[in-house]
Amino acid sequence: MTATIYPAARIVTMNPARPHATHVAVREGRILGAGTLEELAGWGDYRLDGRFADKVLMPGLVEGHSHVMEGSLWAYVYCGFFDRMDPEGRVWAGLKSIDAVVERLAEAAGALEDPASPLAGWSLDAIYYGGRRINRHDLDRVSTERAVGVLNASGHILNVNTRALELAGLLRTGVNHPGIPLGADGLPTGEMKGPDAMAPLGVHTGFDRDLLACDEPGLRRFAKLCVRTGVTTAADLANLLPEDAVEMMLRVTGEPDYPARIVSLRRFYGLTPEELIDRALELRGRSRDRLRLGIIKVVADGSIQGFSARLRWPGYYNGAPEGLWYVPPEHLLEIYERALAAGLGVHTHTNGDEATELALDCMESALRKHPAPDHRFTLQHCQLADAAQFRRIRALGLCVNLFPNHHFYWGDQHYAVTVGPERAERMNACATALREGVPLAIHSDAPVTPLGPLFTAWCAVNRRTASGRTLGEQERIGVADALRTITLGAAYTLGLDGEVGSIETGKRADFAVLEDDPETIGGERLKDVRVWGTVQGGRIFRAADLQA
Amino acid sequence: MTAAGPLPVTVVGGYLGAGKTTLVNSLLRQANGRRLAIMVNEFGALPIDASLVEAADDRIVSLVGGCVCCSYGEDLVSSLAMLRALEPRPDHVLLEASGVAFPGAIAGTVGLLQGFALDGAVVLADAETVRGRAGDRYLGSTVRRQLSEADLILLNKCDLAGDPDAAEAWLGETAPDARVLRTTRAEAPIDIVLGAWTGRAALPAGGGPFDHTAGYATAALDPPERAEPEALARILADPAHGLLRAKGFMPRPGGGMAAIQTVGSRWAVSDAPSDAPSGLICIGLEAGTDFAALRRAVSDF
Repeated sequence: MTATIYPAARIVTMNPARPHATHVAVREGRILGAGTLEELAGWGDYRLDGRFADKVLMPGLVEGHSHVMEGSLWAYVYCGFFDRMDPEGRVWAGLKSIDAVVERLAEAAGALEDPASPLAGWSLDAIYYGGRRINRHDLDRVSTERAVGVLNASGHILNVNTRALELAGLLRTGVNHPGIPLGADGLPTGEMKGPDAMAPLGVHTGFDRDLLACDEPGLRRFAKLCVRTGVTTAADLANLLPEDAVEMMLRVTGEPDYPARIVSLRRFYGLTPEELIDRALELRGRSRDRLRLGIIKVVADGSIQGFSARLRWPGYYNGAPEGLWYVPPEHLLEIYERALAAGLGVHTHTNGDEATELALDCMESALRKHPAPDHRFTLQHCQLADAAQFRRIRALGLCVNLFPNHHFYWGDQHYAVTVGPERAERMNACATALREGVPLAIHSDAPVTPLGPLFTAWCAVNRRTASGRTLGEQERIGVADALRTITLGAAYTLGLDGEVGSIETGKRADFAVLEDDPETIGGERLKDVRVWGTVQGGRIFRAADLQA
Repeated sequence: MTAAGPLPVTVVGGYLGAGKTTLVNSLLRQANGRRLAIMVNEFGALPIDASLVEAADDRIVSLVGGCVCCSYGEDLVSSLAMLRALEPRPDHVLLEASGVAFPGAIAGTVGLLQGFALDGAVVLADAETVRGRAGDRYLGSTVRRQLSEADLILLNKCDLAGDPDAAEAWLGETAPDARVLRTTRAEAPIDIVLGAWTGRAALPAGGGPFDHTAGYATAALDPPERAEPEALARILADPAHGLLRAKGFMPRPGGGMAAIQTVGSRWAVSDAPSDAPSGLICIGLEAGTDFAALRRAVSDF
């Protein structure tokens, strides 16, 4: 069988034994080797393919914590403050005023034929509009006939118009709910805060359960975003994986031109811990190359910006009450014990440091009962862990997947409101994690923030907030560490570091094809590295050629 | 209450092992013709005794006596709407919260929904372990908040080792707004837990169904004339009298009939059919309800 040898301007291998190469040889979708043409010619017949001669190749980037729902949300109107690229490659300009939000929604409403159908938008971020809250009258300018609902970027607030309140029976006085502010007229302002207040409006504004399920067009759109951001393997971190979704995902990812490997975790919900283990084992057995199943996800607490993360003393900077547990501690312990016994991986969402502490206590106890080397259990987000917790994390053999994108999008709020200056400066402590020897990944949590490991790496390197503050100079990491983290680091947490994450003999032929060299462009410009596309399993995907 | 009226919803909360599932099964056994709809969150395993299950399809499990059970999973609102659309419609929804959920938050959502009426929040506490849990490093604040959001607390497992008196005294401080009922195996009269003792529009004849029930006391009251139902409801819910529940109908001063319901300190007044009979039934504990003071408060009104 003939190999294909690609010369490139530069190949960044992540293999410390030969960190750079000029050529890479590919056969049967896998890497024969990286080196010089002379070295690679020794493998026998080859065809030289010069298309990447002026490109930089990196191992295909690995997003260790995203959600394929990012693909689904693009069915709705993007209302964010920051520029964001959609799956077709169009960059939607960030909306810098409430008027601009209204204008974009009105344009979308104008394109709808049915005057009664709802209009849904997403990624609104009211904190950037000078402190003025967005109310139903703003969204009434979009439409008074159809329900309009716009989900906040945090996912914790839904803004609706008057028609939506009418349909939900909430356009009345006397509504007494902490998540529903009232206007001077005694009627709800249209701001629905928190899942309890949002729930009655979801069905009327077009946000329904299908949004949370993995829908087929969404899965396809998600893959296009992967190609455009250099991602060849992406974790879909919290799927309920009902049978119809599993069958659909197996079918779609199995198509010859599906360009990404999806690692879909089964979230702990609606099953007993015992049933969860059985289901995960069954799912693991059905894995294919491009759909990896069998890892478990448990959500321990809520979010910091939603004040639902569990914080240790002294709690929130603004005095908000302690957050919420999403899993009873007994269940977390039982899942850890059963998963360790069965050889299954568990990723645990712990935003607050008290949730992290609980996970560590459970892990310590479970490991005593079921000693398990190389379990790859991972704490996801783990945003507020302090140095002592990182030392326990290391001692227990856990990995962490930290969330540097938070610094950029909410760092100023964390500094001023949620956790205060000191903890804001040490949150997502990438440098501490590396110094303590903790296996590290970093993530976008797309759609919470945009998919894009090079942007995430920029966030970890610079710790810059939206206002330009450097949030914790001492926790910045170097470019080389950041690049390793978005490849091998993330692959390690998913148990895939033997297959992907570096360009070396035997691994999958997964490359990020770049126009710029991330090693030399400078940490300040890491986010500006241009992505040509990807090679996934030896198949070439040029972003510019993706079909709408 | 006509079939088209709002569907009453009672939220059942409490930490793992407090007896939520036992309570649900006990209420199903007492249903006696009322069509209860049970909504569960926590588990795939059906928390209903096998002897009560008749048939299961995709979303709804049919139970004996026309009762049903479903899991609400991620979508409480649409699951409630589905139950409301059933033919025949359930008489009462019993919404079992997860062990770490806050019943007040769920009650808040139910209170926002069209077509539903929040009946109240019933929280179970294990007499033996509740104080220990409330001091737990991780769970303490969750358990205390669950209790503080209760209208009724069932202090359960009072037959086991432990000190129910001390537990009840502690609850008085932790959850001052809640009424406490001691139970064993979560056995409590359905009429108290769900406030549904008439099932339909009529009041029970005589003194109500509790005269024979050891430990409970009932009183029938005639609503004072020209009283505002809301003001009367506030008196009935006043913690000083210690009533567990009150329910009935009275004429509004401006015409028409009003329905009054209280559970613990929570009260609600709604419109009632014009032919509803005027009268109130109050239920309390023999040992904890000051009926004489209540009668004085009502007659002085």
